[in-house]
Formats: sequence, structure tokens, C-alpha cells
Amino acid sequence: MSDLTRLTISQARAKLRGKEITATEITEAYLSAIDRANPALNAYVAVTGDRARDMAKASDARLVKGEGGALEGIPLGIKDLFGTEGVHTQACSHVLDGFKPRYESTVTANLWADGAVMLGKLNMDEFAMGSSNETSYYGPVINPWRRSRLDTVVMPTTHQGDGGFVTAGGTKTQRTLDNAQLVPGGSSGGSATAVSAFLCAGATATDTGGSIRQPAAFTGTVGIKPTYGRCSRWGIVAFASSLDQAGPIARDVRDAAILLRSMASVDPKDTTSVDRPVPDYEAAIGKPIKGMKVGIPKEYRVDGMPEEIEALWQKGIAWLRDAGAEIVDISLPHTKYALPAYYIVAPAEASSNLARYDGVRYGLRVPGKDIVEMYEKTRAAGFGREVKRRIMIGTYVLSAGYYDAYYLQAQKVRNLIKRDFENVFAAGVDVILTPATPSAAFGIADEDMAADPVKMYLNDIFTVTVNMAGLPGIAVPAGLDPKGLPLGLQLIGRPFEEETLFQTAAVIEQAAGTFQPEKWW
Amino acid sequence: MSVDLQTVKRVARLARIAVSEEDAERMTGELNAILGFVEQLNEVDVSGVEPMTSVTPMEMKKRQDVVTDGSKAADIVANAPATEENFFLVPKVVE
Amino acid sequence: MTLIDTRTPDAKRLIPGATGDWEIIIGLEVHAQVISEAKLFSGASTAFGAAPNANVSLVDAAMPGMLPVINEECVKQAIRTGLGLKAQINHKSVFDRKNYFYPDLPQGYQISQFKQPIVGEGTVIVSVGPDRQGEFEDIEVGIERLHLEQDAGKSMHDQHPTMSYVDLNRSGVALMEIVSKPDLRSGDEAKAYVTKLRTIMRYLGTCDGNMDEGSLRADVNVSVRRPGGEFGTRCEIKNMNSIRFIGQAIDFEARRQIAIIEDGGKIDQETRLYDAVKGETRSMRSKEEAHDYRYFPDPDLLPLEFDQAYVDALAKELPELPDDKKARLISSLGLSTYDASILVSEKSVADYFEKVAAGRDGKLAANWVINDLLGQLNKVGKDIENAPVSPDQLGAVIDLIKDGTISGKIAKDLFEIVWNEGGDPRALVESRGMKQVTDTGAIEKAVDDVIAANPDKVEQARAKPTMAGWFVGQVMKATGGKANPQAVNDLVKAKLGIE
Repeated sequence: MSDLTRLTISQARAKLRGKEITATEITEAYLSAIDRANPALNAYVAVTGDRARDMAKASDARLVKGEGGALEGIPLGIKDLFGTEGVHTQACSHVLDGFKPRYESTVTANLWADGAVMLGKLNMDEFAMGSSNETSYYGPVINPWRRSRLDTVVMPTTHQGDGGFVTAGGTKTQRTLDNAQLVPGGSSGGSATAVSAFLCAGATATDTGGSIRQPAAFTGTVGIKPTYGRCSRWGIVAFASSLDQAGPIARDVRDAAILLRSMASVDPKDTTSVDRPVPDYEAAIGKPIKGMKVGIPKEYRVDGMPEEIEALWQKGIAWLRDAGAEIVDISLPHTKYALPAYYIVAPAEASSNLARYDGVRYGLRVPGKDIVEMYEKTRAAGFGREVKRRIMIGTYVLSAGYYDAYYLQAQKVRNLIKRDFENVFAAGVDVILTPATPSAAFGIADEDMAADPVKMYLNDIFTVTVNMAGLPGIAVPAGLDPKGLPLGLQLIGRPFEEETLFQTAAVIEQAAGTFQPEKWW
Repeated sequence: MSVDLQTVKRVARLARIAVSEEDAERMTGELNAILGFVEQLNEVDVSGVEPMTSVTPMEMKKRQDVVTDGSKAADIVANAPATEENFFLVPKVVE
Repeated sequence: MTLIDTRTPDAKRLIPGATGDWEIIIGLEVHAQVISEAKLFSGASTAFGAAPNANVSLVDAAMPGMLPVINEECVKQAIRTGLGLKAQINHKSVFDRKNYFYPDLPQGYQISQFKQPIVGEGTVIVSVGPDRQGEFEDIEVGIERLHLEQDAGKSMHDQHPTMSYVDLNRSGVALMEIVSKPDLRSGDEAKAYVTKLRTIMRYLGTCDGNMDEGSLRADVNVSVRRPGGEFGTRCEIKNMNSIRFIGQAIDFEARRQIAIIEDGGKIDQETRLYDAVKGETRSMRSKEEAHDYRYFPDPDLLPLEFDQAYVDALAKELPELPDDKKARLISSLGLSTYDASILVSEKSVADYFEKVAAGRDGKLAANWVINDLLGQLNKVGKDIENAPVSPDQLGAVIDLIKDGTISGKIAKDLFEIVWNEGGDPRALVESRGMKQVTDTGAIEKAVDDVIAANPDKVEQARAKPTMAGWFVGQVMKATGGKANPQAVNDLVKAKLGIE
């Protein structure tokens, strides 16, 4: 039997419905793959083998009768930020040690209702704070992609191969994989790695400043952050309430569309959930983009941007133009202020959202002589460095005397950023094309990044504007850099026009192709 | 604007996170790097601009006044480190 | 908040100190639990007295990923209360997070309203008194604002030597915080103010005001100053849940502050608690830094907005408020201020009275309700909801007086019978032969009999007319109390030839 883990969701869906394969078969295939690969990649922090098998069995019972939901029998990985009933839910933090919720997040409940199978919980940056998946309590996730170099290899004079093949010597050039471990991006590093390394058919993720799109770009996968309010936040561990959104990471645009349709819903339990029906996103794929106006914002061309990123951007522009779109230069004047404003708003909200991790009702408790000592020791031991940093910044910018200068100012700038986009959309632009990241994946424990937190933050420079404005954004793989690492392009759309994003991303995908890492694990 | 060691310790107290002297010193540097980065926001002319109060403007959803929840004390205390007869137990609060 | 002096110093309220007179300045922050089935931001029950953590939802317990959704009835209750306080209703208000750590505050923040509350400035008329002359004084107390916020859970520190017990049942229940302007000048005024707030909210059905169950609590801010002088530093006495103790605490605190200042000291701004056993206030925290609550708008919620039509619809359904009812009873029924005040003090009393007074002599109804009914209820410690005599029954007694069937004195006996045994008053009068005798012939005969039997008393009466009363008494005795006293009186006088 050919490797079932290589099937995309749409392919697996067809085979399952066509009764060519069973849910149990494909689930077992993934469970074995995870077993073999996880020690090297560390994508999963909890594997729910028994549950997966039970769910697959139930799916098979439905499929056999010709019944089943939109995702019947499809094995998925779930980012550890989502509350999954009775299953490890710790946001990859020590402070939530042992927490197993008695509830299911709305997004994952939607997936199970559509028949999907849960393989396990995926690694992530602690509390979704990070751009490299290096802050997890469970250790870093390793990108299945590695840099490669072109080597000239001297062939041996004789070679007894399988078919008695004999070479006469000479040289050939080949790509050799570098040994250096690379980051998959973050915070949804586990989700991106698992999808890219064939350890699940698709994965859920969340995006607050770029945490879906940036790891998708680093791993050659597709990731979409929908419009704020499209997916329910109920049951997802909160990081920054006004920025967080759930979304899928998948192998191609069609798979992402299929997943988003199941994930999205209107939720009366979430006040910020918007009351709009969920369209059939898949139907947008393949629609022509003739006449669509694509905006190219000049402010996204930053100083010191690597050549290959600019080149990729130009390629993307050319593809869309060839497909009949009209390319227009636009200006989003407040672009550069999005990242600093984000690093005020997000930590501020986080400092408040993370106050509940105090050792009283769940998670880690470090004993203390009185309640204050217990709080202080528990939170000191439970939170990692990056999380503490952000809580501190957030506490500081909200504190007496600083609120106006920082938080209020940042929220005003946020409205200016949003207004920039509104103006451009009002002028007729349908979608905006930008690079997804300022570079390809970098090395684990990169010294520069470790020395200066701000350097790590700059990874989100192209993605964070989208969260600040509450708009939908998708990252789609568009090429490889000179070292053979994937690079992605980002499309930004009008509120609730995810269909336009899928439609346009499909055109890029059509031109660029899909990308898979060479297996070294 | 930058912070000194004393401020960092005060903020840590507000946030209920114990910090060693070493941690506090290191954090002072890191926080100042971040604050230095966000300083550029002061360049922006925000006259006449309201702060963002809702990302996607809409009327706030409201619930009917019906009891739809509760009666699940076991679930509520299920993950707690210390309980007794469904109370949460914590080290004494010093008033 | 800049303190604005809205009252001129009143000599009656000043306290004499060693170095001169002092004025007490009092402002109150009253926390009133909203009457609603479910909590402000969660669907758990607000019912009092449940088993530990039984009325707690995942949202109340601040589980990871939980989100608040507002209960519309709580919004309406706040608007109704605002209307009852004659206050400005703000069509747009915002919920803010008030951040601090405490085990009964699971989220580590309380959802409250800071900069933009749902209700703005208003006024409450408070009747203070009666004083020694039996006089009342109406004062106007300014309301600064009213906002909605979550209540916290309960911690018990005395169940265990080293551990505190936390119950989150109350966590998330809707509270209205009503902030007064610093317009009160004495413990009595403060007590009357809290009583009035309580009455208004009970009328509106927005808070039950049960202080022993904790539905109504007050934080009392007290400072002292020279009459009309600069405001002094204030101290806050927290969590007072008894009107009587509010008065005591204010008196103690004012004297404490006066003593310090007259001794040359300075008042430290601090939070204090009232110890009812010792009768004194004591400092709550030792030198701890002031809370920095880091208020910011709650990003899980949106601004609360509604239009004037929404407010008007609620205003239309409001019951008549105590002040309006009192004014109406005085003007249309001619009741005294004192009587009207008593009748409107509780909506249940007012409702009872109005049923009795409907189609009857208002003043007579008032007398009976106040003196007989309330008097008796007080004696046996019952409240009017459990009165053994219904408005219909009392009304029937009054009707029997009015139509001359019984005398006022007999009516009192009848009332006691109905109280103890129940029954229809008219039927009881019949069955027990309580009808007063109005037959002039019969009465005349009785009078004649007494006159005939007591010739010497007749002589004395002619000389001293007040002795007619003795004859009346004898006739009443002879008729078993049933003769119409007025008729007896008239006949005796006529027969004796007295004016």
C-alpha cells in the first residue's frame, strides 16, 4: 500500500468516500509515522493513539454506510493551545502542568462534529509567544526542511547496484542536506512541522502576530489567519484577546479551505464572534482572477530585505498579472508602526489574560508560606523567560502613569493602521500581495536572536499588520531560496473575504507548485 | 522612556512573579530594549484619532436571563492542586 | 474625583472638638447585588446558599479559554436603578478590567466599568429623622455614578490554621456600584441614605437589599474638616453590611480623626475595617503600597450601546417610586408626612395599604395599617408579607366601622379575632353577635334604665356635666358594649338635660 500519509485532505477524502481506504488505515499510518519521526522533530507533545483509533473506528462505521461529515476520517493534529476534553492542554507551558479540561473548544468540537480524527496535541511556543517554537516547555520543534548545498561528488569507479549497474567514474553535482537544525517558525511550529513532515493530514493553529503564516512560510505549507471574529475563541487558551484567531495549516490551498470551513462558526459563547454564515471556501478555488485589483504596498519593501525575497515578490506579481489581475502600487503609510504597537497591545492583554495562572484552581502550584509567596513562586517557576518578559512589559505599559503614553497611543495607531487598509480597499483594491517573512527559516539557538528579543520580534514584520487591522491573511509557498528553503508570499484581504484569498492563493500555487522537504528524519 | 531595577522589581511584584536579583538585572536590559523599540510610536500624529475599541464593530451580543450553567462542582475543582469538599484550598491570605 | 461642596455647613450636624467645631464629610460606595436569575457574564445561578462551587460555571472559575457574555437583564436592572436615582443614563458605556490578585478573584481581574459607566449623575432625596421634636428634614444627596461589575467569590480564613477555603459561588454575580457625592454630614444621614437606596431598589425589584445575606454592602469614606473649610484626608471603611454599624463606624472614625488632628497629627489615607464587637475601626493593611489596578477596556467585550427608546421602554414599566407615592398620598389622601413616610418605606407595605385604601377613607385606612397592623406585626416580629390579616379582611373591618355595623372599639376586638383565627369579618360579626346596637329605641330604654336606677348620680351630673361619661359607661356595660357610643352619648346628654 502506498504511503497514506502522503495523501492531501482532498485526496484522502475522495479515497475514504470511495471506500478505497479506511479511516483506521490512514490513522494507523499517521500514528506509525509520528512514532518514528517525533523523537527527531518534536512536533507532538501528546499523542492520543487510543482516542484516534476509536474515532477512526466510528468514522469507518459511518463511511461504510455512505454517511459522514465534511472531514470524516481525516486525521488531524491540534495545537496545544486548543482545549481538548480530557486531553493534555497546556499551551506548552509548565504552569499548566497536568491540565486536562472538562470542556472542548468550539473550533475542535466543530472538527469532531464533522468526523475528523484527533492524532494528538502539537508543540508550540509557550502561550503562543514566539516566532521560532523555541520557548516551549517541551523543547524546540525541528523544521523538517534543512538547508542544502550543491556539492560536486566524485563517483566511484565501479559500483555494484541493484541492477548490476556499473559506472565508469566522473563527477556529478548533487544537493546535500546541511546538518544544521532549523526552526519551523512560531508560535505554531508544531502544527507547521507536522503538516510538512507528513505527521498529520492537516493541523489547527492560532495566529496573533503571524503565528500561522510565518511558520507556514518557513515550512512550505499553506496557513490562513481568518478575519478576527470568524472562528470562535471559546476554549482556546487566550494570549491577546483582540488579536488571537484560530486557523488551519495544510499542505495546499484546497486543504486549507476545507479545514477552515469546518473550523469556522458563529458562537454565542464568544462575544467577539461575528454573526455571518460560513461560505463554502473550496468553491472559490479555480475561479479566475481576471480583473482583480492586486495592491503592492511600497512600505513592505524594507531596508536590507534579502534579494531572494524581493525576487519572489516580483515573481508573484508576474504570476497574478499573467492570470489577468491588475497590479497597482499602493501605500499603507503606518506599516512600520504595527510591530511596535503590537508589542504594547499584545503583552498588555496577555499580562491580564495570564493572571489566572496562579496555582489556585489548576496547573502547577509551588507551595508558599502564604498566598502571595505561592503566587510568586508558582508563576516564577511555571512561566518561561519570553512569557515573563511579555507579562512584565504588559504590566508596565498598563500601570499608573504609563497607560496614556503606551497603551492608549498604541490603540490609536492601531486605528490608523486599519484606516490605511480601509482606504486602499475603498479605492478598489481587492487583495494585497506581500512577502510573508523577511527571511527563510533560521537556525535553532541562533545567537543574534537570543541576544536581542527585538530581533526575534522582527520576524513578524509583514504579518503583524494584518492582526492589528483584524483582516484575513494567507501565506502560500511560492518558491525556494538559494539554500533550498521554502519562501512564502502573503495575501491580505477585506474583512470576511477569505474566499478571495483562497481564489488568489490558488493561482500562485498553480504557478509555483507545492513543496515537500527531503526526508532526513 | 526606560526602566530601572527598582521599577522592574515593582512590576514583578504587581505581576506576582518572583524575580531573583540576577533575573531582575537581566530583565531590566531586555525590557529596555523592547521599550526602546516601541518608543517610535511617539512619532505618530494621533490627533483626532480614537483608540480602537472593537476590532470588528458590531452590537454586543447579550444573553437571556436564564440559568444555563453551573451544577458541576466536580468539574470545577477537577484540576485543582488542593481541594476539600469542593472548596479550593490555598495558603492563608494575610490581611 | 474633585470634591465639590454642595452643602453649606449645618450647625445641627457639627461635632464639637477640643479646639472648636468640626464637620464630618461622608461619601458612600454602595454595592448592590442585582436581582437576576443568572450571573452578569455567565449562565450560572445567583441563588444564595448553594453547596460550595455548585453555582459556578467554567467562565466563573476562569478556566483557560473562557469568555464573558453579558446578561441583558442585568443591563436593564442597572438602567432601572439609574432611573430611580433620577440619573443620567449613558447610552454608551465600556467594561474595563480591574487587575489584582486575590484567591476569590479567579481571573486575576474583575470586569467592572471605570471611565465610562452605564449611569452618570443623579440625586436622591433622603428624609432624615425624626429628631427630638419629631421633625423630619429632607436633604438632597448627589449621586456621582452607578456602574455594573462582577462580585468576587468568598474566602474563609478561619476554617483551618494554615489554609483558606475558597468558594466561587458568588464570583461573577452582577453588582451595581452606586457612588454618592460626599454630601452626607452625619451618621444619621448616612444611615438614612442607605435605607433610602435600599427602599428604591426594592421598589424597583433591582436589588433585594438583604444586608445579612450580603446583597447590599457599603464602603464608607469619612473625613473631617473645619466647617466650610478645606476637605481633609479621608479613610475608607470597607464592607459594611449593617445600617446600624454604619452609623457607629462613622461616629467612631470621625472622633478618631478629630483626636489625631487636634493632637497635631496627620491623617493617613488608608482602608479600614469596623470591628462591631470592639466598636472601633482598624487599619486593614500595614503600609502596603496602594493597588495599581491597571484598568483597560476588556478586549473580550464590546462597548455597551443602546438608544433612548430602549431606556424609555424601561421607564414606562417602572412602578411608582417611593417619593412620588409619598407625595401623592399626602396630596390626594391628606395623610401627614409622617404617616405617608411610614407607608411608603417598603413597597410591600405601600401595596398593602393601597389595596386597603382603595375606595375607602384613606386616613382611616392609614391609621389601621400603621397602628394596628404594623403595630401588631412589629410586636410578634412578622413582616407584612406574612401578615395573618389580608388587605381584603382589614378593608372589610373598616367598612363595618364606616357603615355603622360596629364601633371602633369593637373593631379592635374583631381585628384580633381575624388575626388569630382568620375568617370573613362580616360573617364573624354576625356569628358572634358583635353588631353594635343602633336601634334608638333600645338604647333609649337602656339609658332610661340607668337614669332611673341612679337618681343621685343624675343630680351630680346636672351640676358636673362631665359625669355624663359615667352614665355612658354604664349604658355600654348594660348593652354588652354593643350600643353605638355616639348615640348613647347624645341620648344621655339629652335626657340629663346637658349640653
